[in-house]
Amino acid sequence: MRITVNVNGEDHTREVEARHLLVRFLRDDLELTGTHWGCDTSNCGTCVVLMDGEPVKSCTVLAAMAEGHETRTVEGLADGDRLDPVQQGFIEEHGLQCGFCTPGMMLSGRALLDRNPDPSEDEVREAISGQLCRCTGYLNIVKAIRWAAAHESAGREEAGSQA
Amino acid sequence: MTTVEEPAGPAGPAAEERPIGFGRMKRKEDPRFVRGKGRYVDDVKLPGMLHGAVLRSPFAHARIVSIDTSAAEAHPKVKAVITGETLAGLGLAWMPTLSMDTQAVLATDKVRFQGQEVAFVVAEDHYAARDAIELIDVDYEPLDPVVDARRALDPAAPVIRDDLEGRTDNHIFDWEAGDRAATEEVFSRADVVVEQTMLYPRVHPAPLETCGAVASMDPVDGKLTLWTTTQAPHAHRTLYAMVAGLPEHKIRVISPDIGGGFGNKVGIYPGYVCAVVGSIVTGKPVKWVEDRSENLMSTSFARDYHMNGQIAATRDGRILGVRVKVLADHGAFNSTAQPTKYPAGFFHIFTGSYDIEAAHCEVTGVYTNKAPGGVAYACSFRVTEAVYLIERMVDCLAAELGADPADLRMRNLLQPEQFPYQNKTGWEYDSGDYPACLRKAMDLAGYEELRREQAEKRERGELMGIGLSFFTETVGAGPRKHMDILGLGMADGCELRVHPTGKAVVRLSVQTQGQGHETTFAQIVAEELGIPPEDIDVVHGDTDQTPFGLGTYGSRSTPVSGAAAALVARKVRDKARIIAGAMLEVSPDDLEWTKGRWSVKGDPAMTRTIQEIALAAHGALELPEGVEGHLEATTVYNPPNLTYPFGAYICVVDVDPGTGAVKVRRFIAVDDCGTRINPMIIEGQVHGGLADGVGMALMEFIGFDEDGNCLSGSFMDYLLPTALEVPAWELGHTVTPSPHHPIGAKGIGESATVGSPPAVVNAVLDAIGVRHADMPLTPGRVWQAMRHGQVEAPQ
Repeated sequence: MRITVNVNGEDHTREVEARHLLVRFLRDDLELTGTHWGCDTSNCGTCVVLMDGEPVKSCTVLAAMAEGHETRTVEGLADGDRLDPVQQGFIEEHGLQCGFCTPGMMLSGRALLDRNPDPSEDEVREAISGQLCRCTGYLNIVKAIRWAAAHESAGREEAGSQA
Repeated sequence: MTTVEEPAGPAGPAAEERPIGFGRMKRKEDPRFVRGKGRYVDDVKLPGMLHGAVLRSPFAHARIVSIDTSAAEAHPKVKAVITGETLAGLGLAWMPTLSMDTQAVLATDKVRFQGQEVAFVVAEDHYAARDAIELIDVDYEPLDPVVDARRALDPAAPVIRDDLEGRTDNHIFDWEAGDRAATEEVFSRADVVVEQTMLYPRVHPAPLETCGAVASMDPVDGKLTLWTTTQAPHAHRTLYAMVAGLPEHKIRVISPDIGGGFGNKVGIYPGYVCAVVGSIVTGKPVKWVEDRSENLMSTSFARDYHMNGQIAATRDGRILGVRVKVLADHGAFNSTAQPTKYPAGFFHIFTGSYDIEAAHCEVTGVYTNKAPGGVAYACSFRVTEAVYLIERMVDCLAAELGADPADLRMRNLLQPEQFPYQNKTGWEYDSGDYPACLRKAMDLAGYEELRREQAEKRERGELMGIGLSFFTETVGAGPRKHMDILGLGMADGCELRVHPTGKAVVRLSVQTQGQGHETTFAQIVAEELGIPPEDIDVVHGDTDQTPFGLGTYGSRSTPVSGAAAALVARKVRDKARIIAGAMLEVSPDDLEWTKGRWSVKGDPAMTRTIQEIALAAHGALELPEGVEGHLEATTVYNPPNLTYPFGAYICVVDVDPGTGAVKVRRFIAVDDCGTRINPMIIEGQVHGGLADGVGMALMEFIGFDEDGNCLSGSFMDYLLPTALEVPAWELGHTVTPSPHHPIGAKGIGESATVGSPPAVVNAVLDAIGVRHADMPLTPGRVWQAMRHGQVEAPQ
């Protein structure tokens, strides 16, 4: 079947099998390999992408189901050379080690901050609780997302005072 | 010497932000990872690449009557179907394991565990390969399986390894350490002897990236390039040369970014070999990446030690001796990855951190119809099992004596003046101040206050538990005289080249799976040479570009390759001294080193920076007789001894009296890994290991039913901790440098995985007032233990 999927603001049209998973469409067809795959049962969350701003596990979404939605992957987080504050937070707070869960964690963090700009530690833990990390023990991921919240908040205040 | 330091604040002093050498520094590898630009094996895509899939056995033990591949071969997208028979024709049906056993690549005679590799399909795409394995028709004749290791040596037990000539039972090895007679003597005069049987259950490292490979055999020049998930690229290359008969210089193993290893990626799996054969047969690159069920069901598991411990003590709480009997379940093939002479790994360290008079242990290894393996999951070669045993036994003794577990430990810990300490199984602990470390953990925890809180809660019927563990690790394998894997000595090479403009490249034999080698090793060279770490490129994970060495596992990178990096930098520094002497027209003996420059003693204005020296080394400067140009060196580091990191951990839990659910409320970890190269990375390593420990203690378990069906083949059944199951870790540290290591570093990668499970278990048992219950302490098992005072070992 022929589908057109919008990823990171760009439309992509491809001929795919009906059973083609979004994670494989992103990785194999579009060569956006920042989205990872780790379990096939919706448990690990390394495949998390944003669909219309909400985190989804792309291993349990058919590529065809992404038609008509806006999909955002880790490759769409930075604005050119300028990292998203969540990306910067992961660097600042050592929120990653092997990097495999990192794209999914960052996207969930981004989605959380978009709806809750100042989440508590518990709220961050809840937001990433559908995803696994084997390296960090989670504390620095929590800190990384809160680092981004603090810097975005400071940025808004600065923008507000300038206005 | 021990210094007790406070942990640095989150930002750290400004001077630590961009250290030239050791200190808190952000990771050089992170910019690519946060942009999704890491390059993992499954990201490799080559022109014309085909995809492989493995057909696996549904039975734990069965004879293969026939395999019909005709329907699969007829699939329009299938390029090759490979069976054990195909491989037998190439002499590749069996391969050596890392423990000198043999393992079937694809089964020919029998299948010996559920999930064993039976056939391999190569097809145009991933979906077609998966479809085609369903078309293969295998006729099996089921046999009785051996599932319970305790039944493996029964005379009536089916013989699993009848492929081995003359084999009439399932016995693999007997091993012992310590002094049996001396131990019997101390037990005979002990006031108190406590005995406890315990199982360290089968668990799995489960890195989030599964195992896989892309094999590309160039049919013209005969060179095999293999991108693969390996923690030991050089050892793998040598083994492929041995297994496949390929010339070693025609094999290039590339281990790109690795999505977590934890020991899971040390061994060579049949899928890798199949991908290689697939590429040879089709003349195209072949990718094989296992799925999660394949990872959990067929690759290296960890632990599975049935242990019986006895501890002898005086009435007033002085530990006299320890003796242990272990039954080790190694699965269907003995593919344990550990030094050849150590079939039970470094289990010798079951004497723990205590000043005891005598110790003895016996370990028997057996085959069962379960996945092969035995050492994996950040265990430092069975130190995990040893630490769990001794730390549980000390708590059992405390319960017997009515003693406080912290007091009992403090009373028996080795004292600083006893180091270097020869333990009772013959190992030399290098350095330590154990009482200071335990005291620091107790202070950070507010131990006495916690005990008061616990007493108050008990009055109200609330179940709060406080668990301790004090561990001694033994890592950095190892002295090549004693330690090898398949005859390959465990020494590691390092090469350092300083370019004309003063930038440098250091090439390592070890391979990072998230430990941050690109940063840490740049910092080691920076500390020795004064070149900023940003100016040092760290190359690793490619056998064509790096010197030989045994790889990264058993917390050996910093103790072995870290030493090599420091020593190779010192060689460069020595050469730089000669060149600086020529530049300044003075004798090298008149020069003194301060970080980054050689200067004339007493005349600091007469100086040359390492960057100036590097340019001169490549320029027209006339060099002294016998000195070659350029500024580079190589070295191979053969460790004189293992290193012995240690730590004191305290876990605080609350247990729901109605459900048995355990909440880990606090976890305090004080580690001593000697010299600290990058505290940020060290803390991250500890955090991850603590989460592992909570997972193993409370959730993780590879179970089997009586037919040998694996019950933990997905993340829906094999439970890993999420952010909700673990607390905000509280860390501290002490620093006791290793006296025999060039920079005093001991290694940190596995300390927390080794040390934390007994702390969690001790805390839960302290909460519910039960002497012992085996992991995993799931709500159901805790509830049963509360009701009956015990719970059966998990199956």
